[in-house]
Amino acid sequence: MAAVKETVDQVRSIDVDQYKYGFETHIETEKAPKGLSEEVIRFISARKEEPEWMLKWRLDAYARWLTMQEPTWARLDYPRIDFNDIYYYAAPKQFKAPKSLDEVDPEILRTYEKLGIPLREQEILAGVEVPEGERSRIAVDAVFDSVSVATTFKAELKAAGVIFMPMSEAVREHPELVQKYLGSVVPVTDNFYATLNSAVFSDGSFVYVPPGVRCPMELSTYFRINEKNTGQFERTLIIADKGAYVSYLEGCTAPMRDENQLHAAVVELIALDDAEIKYSTVQNWYPGDSEGRGGIYNFVTKRGDCRGRNSKISWTQVETGSAITWKYPSCILRGDGSSGEFYSIAISNGHQQVDSGTKMLHLGRNTTSRIISKGISAGKSNNTYRGQVSAHRKAEGARNFTNCDSLLIGNDCGAHTVPYIEARNPKAQFEHEATTSKISEDMLFYCMQRGLSQEDAVALVVNGFVRDVLQQLPMEFAVEAQKLISISLEGSVG
Amino acid sequence: MAAEVRMMKTPAELALAETFAAARGTLPGDGDIAARRADAFARFAAAGLPHRRIEAWHYTDLRALMREALPVAGAPDAAGLEKAKAAGAMLAEVDARRLYLVNGTFAPEISDLADLEPGLSITGLAAALGAGDPLVTAHLGRTVAADDAILALNTALMGDGVVIHVAAGVELARPLLLVSITTQETPSAVFSRSLMVVEEGASARLVEIHEGPGGDVAYQVNTALELVVGPRANLDRVKIACEGAGVLHVGSVLAKVADHAKVALSAFNLSGGMVRNQLMMQITGAYTEAHISGVSLLNARQQADTMLALDHIAPHCESRENFRAVLDGSSRDVFQGRIAVRREAQKTDARMLARALLLSENAESDNKPELEIFADDVQCGHGCTTGTLDEQLRFYLMSRGIPAREAEALLIQAFVGEVTDAVADDGVREALIEATRNWLLTRE
Repeated sequence: MAAVKETVDQVRSIDVDQYKYGFETHIETEKAPKGLSEEVIRFISARKEEPEWMLKWRLDAYARWLTMQEPTWARLDYPRIDFNDIYYYAAPKQFKAPKSLDEVDPEILRTYEKLGIPLREQEILAGVEVPEGERSRIAVDAVFDSVSVATTFKAELKAAGVIFMPMSEAVREHPELVQKYLGSVVPVTDNFYATLNSAVFSDGSFVYVPPGVRCPMELSTYFRINEKNTGQFERTLIIADKGAYVSYLEGCTAPMRDENQLHAAVVELIALDDAEIKYSTVQNWYPGDSEGRGGIYNFVTKRGDCRGRNSKISWTQVETGSAITWKYPSCILRGDGSSGEFYSIAISNGHQQVDSGTKMLHLGRNTTSRIISKGISAGKSNNTYRGQVSAHRKAEGARNFTNCDSLLIGNDCGAHTVPYIEARNPKAQFEHEATTSKISEDMLFYCMQRGLSQEDAVALVVNGFVRDVLQQLPMEFAVEAQKLISISLEGSVG
Repeated sequence: MAAEVRMMKTPAELALAETFAAARGTLPGDGDIAARRADAFARFAAAGLPHRRIEAWHYTDLRALMREALPVAGAPDAAGLEKAKAAGAMLAEVDARRLYLVNGTFAPEISDLADLEPGLSITGLAAALGAGDPLVTAHLGRTVAADDAILALNTALMGDGVVIHVAAGVELARPLLLVSITTQETPSAVFSRSLMVVEEGASARLVEIHEGPGGDVAYQVNTALELVVGPRANLDRVKIACEGAGVLHVGSVLAKVADHAKVALSAFNLSGGMVRNQLMMQITGAYTEAHISGVSLLNARQQADTMLALDHIAPHCESRENFRAVLDGSSRDVFQGRIAVRREAQKTDARMLARALLLSENAESDNKPELEIFADDVQCGHGCTTGTLDEQLRFYLMSRGIPAREAEALLIQAFVGEVTDAVADDGVREALIEATRNWLLTRE
């Protein structure tokens, strides 16, 4: 009950339409020239001191991108994006990869402090007070616009053999790993936004967990868009070698602005034999104001490849931000006995539009997958679940269970479910169920008759509705996510 | 005309353009109908044959399946009519008023038009169009707005069909049995269009059976039926496809249902190389009940495609959709169902269930059950399962001394029985159960 109490308190303390991460950090920045061209790509590549092969990779992607069309199949409605009206690279001025935190601009450190992200290693993620000694430690990679400003616990992770560093450093320091795995899950030509990302990606995290190693702490990356008119194009690559385990968290925020900003990331996960990757996201980009002005356009390609036998990839996402969300974290279940999971809470309010879901592609024998998706729409928003589950000829014994529920709050929003279920093997067993309903009057009445106010009652019901997914989040994030849910729904009751 | 705007790409599209150009002068209907035909063909020409990028045709690429446009079948000769009389044998025992559409042409000479109940009228579409029948003018092409290229093609080339009118308050005791048969033994195409209007408080049952030449004779059937169901009316419609292996059959149903009406629409695919049933239905009045169901029994290289778009516009309505597919051989079943609930359609209660049973290594089942909800006070759900026979159930039956094949047959019968048993007409239901049994007997 403590968590519910917290939600209710949170609802009370915050006004309608208050996005608390909407502040801006005033620092001098260096930007690439506006727009997209070969020169800009060369500029980005040079700034990152990349080897020749990386530049060639980017230029190939750019050439390919020029021939591609923006996808229009999603249930999203937004004005055409002018891809030449965006800065593709922005970094704090005179930026050099800092050796230690003392070299980082104090203004940036203060920004992360305000966001509740500790970059000092003795601190922990805000929200939970745990006695000294029992504190869980989290390594953080902080990405500010186009560059990574700090990565914590590097030394300790290195001792365990885990490589956790900004992508730009990995390209220089571990080219053999990057070359082997980059683009092997999401090919350069995959889709319009992934190709764009391949051409201009700036920073992101690189994780390699060697065979048999259980990563000693949670890894996390915190993305912050700060500069005006910039897009953020990060690229994350996580490799869990045989028998390894890693849990990775991702969080993101941006200042409140009237214009729309583009975020087009690519995340690739690779799990080899018996490895497990758990990837959690709390997406809280600026969603725009109550009139639908501003907000982030979030076009993200996330895909995991269960390449080895008995490997496992688990996606958990809490989507509350962004004006537009276009995101389908997927699993390719290639190895026999591998398994994929997708747990999602997508909340839309105001004029937000969410088109999100997953793909579970069963290629190997005895592969299993589970999809739990909870969509909550309020205000004038639209929330779509779009998913695909397929079993190929050889996927004998494949098993999927899908459950997607939608909750509508108010009469101006929409909830949609578009699943594609494709079975090419008789021994594959798929079950899919979806429901859409409003909060039951009976439940509300029951709670209110016990003395809860209507708002408290709604918070309680909604918390119960999303509980299956919240349970999958690492503890620190679960608390954070629960707060987020109450904030997003504020103003939608009554 | 837009036909020239887009380059017609495939030989089939080009041939269809030629067919339309040659036939447009002789097709029935006056200036207004002719203009509508031209407009519909322009829409078809602009879109071309449906392919996978057209979401409603996501799993059936007609551009690839329809390599050529076949010559339009002519009106039947005496031998054709004789053959037609023998059609619909599986429903021989059913007590019904038989109507015949032979090669897409209404055949009054062999149809049972004697002693029509008061308030029931049956005419051919071509005749009705020729006479400017106000019923046709009021409803044809105006039931549900649908953006479908194959339906547009049907509107452009519709030759004949039946027009059935059931006056207000009339309750038909006997079902109408519409036998649609393609008798031509050479490759041919049929474009038929029918209209059924059931006025306020009336009650009617329509059974359709579609047959064609056996063997591998290639033929194409593009048939459409428009249904107008008035307030408090009752309509039960069963469609049975017993087509030949060479068929490419697309059957469209457009239905507009008024308040307090009860409709039950079901479709059974018993044979036919490629059969697609598409239903576009609008519930425009409150307190309506709709039951939509279907069964596909597929083997060899058969393909079945069911597309359902149900639009709840009015509040307080209930709809149930229930579909079953049994797949053997290298067959493929597609189910795409969409339930849309508009903002005004509060208190809608809609449930959709699609289940597929895969019996062979090479069968494929693709499902896309969709919900599109804009009203908050609704109960909507869909479920979808695919899998093979439950080993435990099979084992249980076998442990009771039932041989493996019979045990499987029992389980399959139970699986499709959930839909078949709901067929209202006793005779039709018995015939469908018998057909399922026969299908199981011929299974490898």
